[in-house]
Amino acid sequence: MSLLEVVHMSHDFGGLRAVNDYSLAVSPGEIRGLIGPNGAGKTTIFNLITGMYRPTEGDIRFNGESIVGMRPHEIAARGLGRTFQNLQLWRHLTVLEHVMMARYSKLTYGLVGAFFGTPKRHRQEAQSRQRAEELMKLLNVSQFSDQLVLNLPYGAQRRVEMARALATEPKVLFLDEPTAGMNPEELWQMMKIIRKVHEEFKLAIFLIEHRLRMVMELCDKVQTLVFGEVIAEGTPEEIQNNPQVIEAYLGKETVE
Amino acid sequence: MQEVLEEHITLQGRLAASLRKSPLLGWLIGLTVAVLLEHLVGYELATAVGLPKIPVLFGFVIMLKTPLLIPSALFYVLSIYLIPACLVARLISAPSNWMAERLYRFPISVPVIVHLALLYLILHLWADISAYRGLTLRLTLIAVMMTLSLNLINGYMGEFSCSHPGFMALGAYGASVFSVFFFASDKLFGEALLPEALGAFCFPIGLIFGGLVASLGALAIAIPSFRTRGDYLAIISLAFLFIVKSAIENLEFVGGPRGMSGQPNYATLPVVFAVAVICIWIINNFVRSTIGKALNAVRDDEIAAEAMTVNTRQTKILAFMFGAFWAGVAGGLFAHVLRYVNPGTFGIQKLAEVLAMVYFGGLNSVYGSILGGVSLSLLSEALRPLELFKWIIIPLLLILVMIFRPTGLIAFKEFDVKALIRPKGHPEKEV
Ligand SMILES: Nc1ncnc2c1ncn2[C@@H]1O[C@H](COP(=O)(O)OP(=O)(O)OP(=O)(O)O)[C@@H](O)[C@H]1O
Ligand SMILES: [Mg+2]
Repeated sequence: MSLLEVVHMSHDFGGLRAVNDYSLAVSPGEIRGLIGPNGAGKTTIFNLITGMYRPTEGDIRFNGESIVGMRPHEIAARGLGRTFQNLQLWRHLTVLEHVMMARYSKLTYGLVGAFFGTPKRHRQEAQSRQRAEELMKLLNVSQFSDQLVLNLPYGAQRRVEMARALATEPKVLFLDEPTAGMNPEELWQMMKIIRKVHEEFKLAIFLIEHRLRMVMELCDKVQTLVFGEVIAEGTPEEIQNNPQVIEAYLGKETVE
Repeated sequence: MQEVLEEHITLQGRLAASLRKSPLLGWLIGLTVAVLLEHLVGYELATAVGLPKIPVLFGFVIMLKTPLLIPSALFYVLSIYLIPACLVARLISAPSNWMAERLYRFPISVPVIVHLALLYLILHLWADISAYRGLTLRLTLIAVMMTLSLNLINGYMGEFSCSHPGFMALGAYGASVFSVFFFASDKLFGEALLPEALGAFCFPIGLIFGGLVASLGALAIAIPSFRTRGDYLAIISLAFLFIVKSAIENLEFVGGPRGMSGQPNYATLPVVFAVAVICIWIINNFVRSTIGKALNAVRDDEIAAEAMTVNTRQTKILAFMFGAFWAGVAGGLFAHVLRYVNPGTFGIQKLAEVLAMVYFGGLNSVYGSILGGVSLSLLSEALRPLELFKWIIIPLLLILVMIFRPTGLIAFKEFDVKALIRPKGHPEKEV
């Protein structure tokens, strides 16, 4: 059975149909790719699945249960973690606080613990901190632990976002152009990290990418989206040789 | 000339360095000595230098009223407070460090209680000199509570709430009705229902009741305001402020516009001090927990917070009610300190005062709120003789702070009690 299933999902922004009749099935541990030109609707699909928008039509099922209409934090707590295309970090929080914050839904000490500093709170916060430290180490941002994220190099900020998303303990990780704006060196590093994360946590990954090379290297299966519609779906090789995809991408600077 | 100057600089530097060696404990002992000194020789010294009486607020009032007495007042402040406190703190830095170190080995609550007891002793002795000091001190502590609780909303959560005086009013009236109804014979509610002797012990219940009334008011604002993203809160909360004020004016059973009196004398200095300490302790606990820091996440990027499993709407509503609760408690204390309330107190001017304290002291910071509450309360008292000019000087000061430190004097700093009471002078141990 699929872990995540999207069936015939469509979404309108006013009169604009941003996503049309989109379907998807993700199995546990799979790496899926989503490519397409600017404005194709890729980010919108992420936002729909993670509950930021409510689809106009169609259904989204996670573990067999419909999650349409749930609030984003509930969906995230169930195991759909994400990063953002344009970094969305908290400017006044340190790296450690970022990663610990993402464990919010795992904390059960409640207001009493928060107000009075109960032993339960100290235990849970210590646990959370330990987990965060492991993740920071895995993503190579430990050295920035107590720094505000604004002071970090761009690549490190991207990794913090990833660590934060992983701290929610996702079963499917949504990465929205994790290499946007990166130089080849950082790009290569990021690819390694995605592989490492995938192996370590055995999670399914859903990746939006502009760079075809990256998608070809990492993904088991790729969808190509143009004007909100999937025009091709298949293995990286099939996609690469699909004439429609070649046409959609022809002359685009993003082909590498 | 040059050499003298250099010597002066290094002397100053050395002085500062040597003073930094004293732990907080040493400073508190120094201040205790200073206030004791005032008790012993304050009056004699004051008359000897030509002051009519002991200067009540560090000589500010005297200096503004009769500029001729400025040297005397300065001399008094230097020789009673500043020099003795610094001298003692420096002289006993070794033994006080030793004591602080000893205390530090106990569970954190032990040294904290010792420090608080000393602080209370200082405040008590200081306030003992005149009734005016006692009143000013209690109102200052209440101002700190108001500032900190508003900071929770306007600083930590980054919303802009204007209803804080309204919450204060709800708490003031809630707690007043509670204690007058149950424990005082009064023409509004008739005979006391319970023995008066019990009243002081039930005062905390009255305060909590006042706080809860304020929280309920907050809920009424929060539900419509936090339904969607956007800046509705400022407008809705401002409307709420006016509604509360005119509602109270029209409620005959609490005295309408004439106000309400007859609150028993429950809000003594130890009570106000204890409640203020509890308020700071609980709020500081809260903002340092991940649940509390979720407020910062919501402020900095709400969408990201939601995507990281934070229930943003609930977080905002609860924090808003929590802030309002403490404003209500502060209001309850306020009513029992003055033993009279009227709705006129809780208007735009009060709002301006609290907002000024929050933004002056520093956003997102317990230190900042303490500093803002204390400094602006004292300043506003001290500048009282200037009358109208006070309302030029304080706003000017605020503008200056806003220009040079847009987030306030001590913003975005964690209030770490452990670091505060740590023994000094062993750099290798200061990790
Ligand atoms: N909140 C919104 N309201 C209205 N229109 C929107 C909104 N978000 C996106 N759109 C529109 O929907 C279309 C798809 O946008 P989307 O951001 O999903 O594209 P994308 O494939 O992620 O593009 P890019 O590669 O540039 O990130 C675009 O035409 C965009 O202008
Ligand atoms: Mg996008």
